[in-house]
Amino acid sequence: MEGFTPFAGLSGGVLIGLAAVMLLALTGRIAGVSGILSNAIHAGSGSAERWLFLAGLVAGALLHQWLTGVQLPVRTLDWPYLVGGGLLVGFGTRLGGGCTSGHGVCGIARFSPRSIVATVTFMTCGIVTVFITRHLLGWPT
Amino acid sequence: MRDRHSIYYSSFAGLADVKKIAPGLAWLASGVVFGAGLSLSGMISPRKVLAFLDVAGRWDPTLLLVMAAAVLTPMIAFRFVLRRDNPLLASKFHLPTRRDLDISLVGGAALFGVGWGVAGYCPGPAIAAFSVDLREPAIFGLAMVVGMFIGDRPG
Repeated sequence: MEGFTPFAGLSGGVLIGLAAVMLLALTGRIAGVSGILSNAIHAGSGSAERWLFLAGLVAGALLHQWLTGVQLPVRTLDWPYLVGGGLLVGFGTRLGGGCTSGHGVCGIARFSPRSIVATVTFMTCGIVTVFITRHLLGWPT
Repeated sequence: MRDRHSIYYSSFAGLADVKKIAPGLAWLASGVVFGAGLSLSGMISPRKVLAFLDVAGRWDPTLLLVMAAAVLTPMIAFRFVLRRDNPLLASKFHLPTRRDLDISLVGGAALFGVGWGVAGYCPGPAIAAFSVDLREPAIFGLAMVVGMFIGDRPG
């Protein structure tokens, strides 16, 4: 998994895209994980189905790792980085109405101007943030 | 007569049950394929995601290919899906219709990008990462859920 892995990246990307196609074709919903998680935690109608999707995310990842025997490295980043990052990701995706899947995959596939703007914005901010934290502040991320 | 009735009854009940659980199975199946894709592509590893965002370090362009393949697939397939009047297991399609740009969209996406750059997780991989480890996904996931509750509160 270290370094450039173009074939795994492309085939994994096709699977992610197929999952979005499946969900729209079968349930009529957009596969945006932040929206699905938000609907899951605000218990209401459709909450149980969202939890099934989230359980599927873990099961699918386990299935891939079990079938291929690949062992992914465990990282142990200090908790303040995880808490700070998690708060920003949770708050930001709700404020911006989507994340990498809803805006970045489904939205761009639908040529949504909001999603294109959101994706360019979070990509740029992610790159700038990593530059500042890793190279200027020397954070161990 | 009795046999005929019981056969009718059981097949009717069976069909009703299938109709009831089919949407749940569809959500689960979509999640499984999505999770497998996240794991296969390597995007489940925050180091690999950060290696893409770190253009001044040892840059790993894999995420770009993942995104390209993940976007192109529905870009081609959504048009066929949306030719139908309704999805296979529900009464209608729920598609976002807003096209205006506003400060919440840009500000929210910006904050999300900063958090992504700090921890290396976005929502999908953060959950799928429970397949690799408990500590990081649990701490990050809990904070993410708290952030969502703050972001979702009315007003």
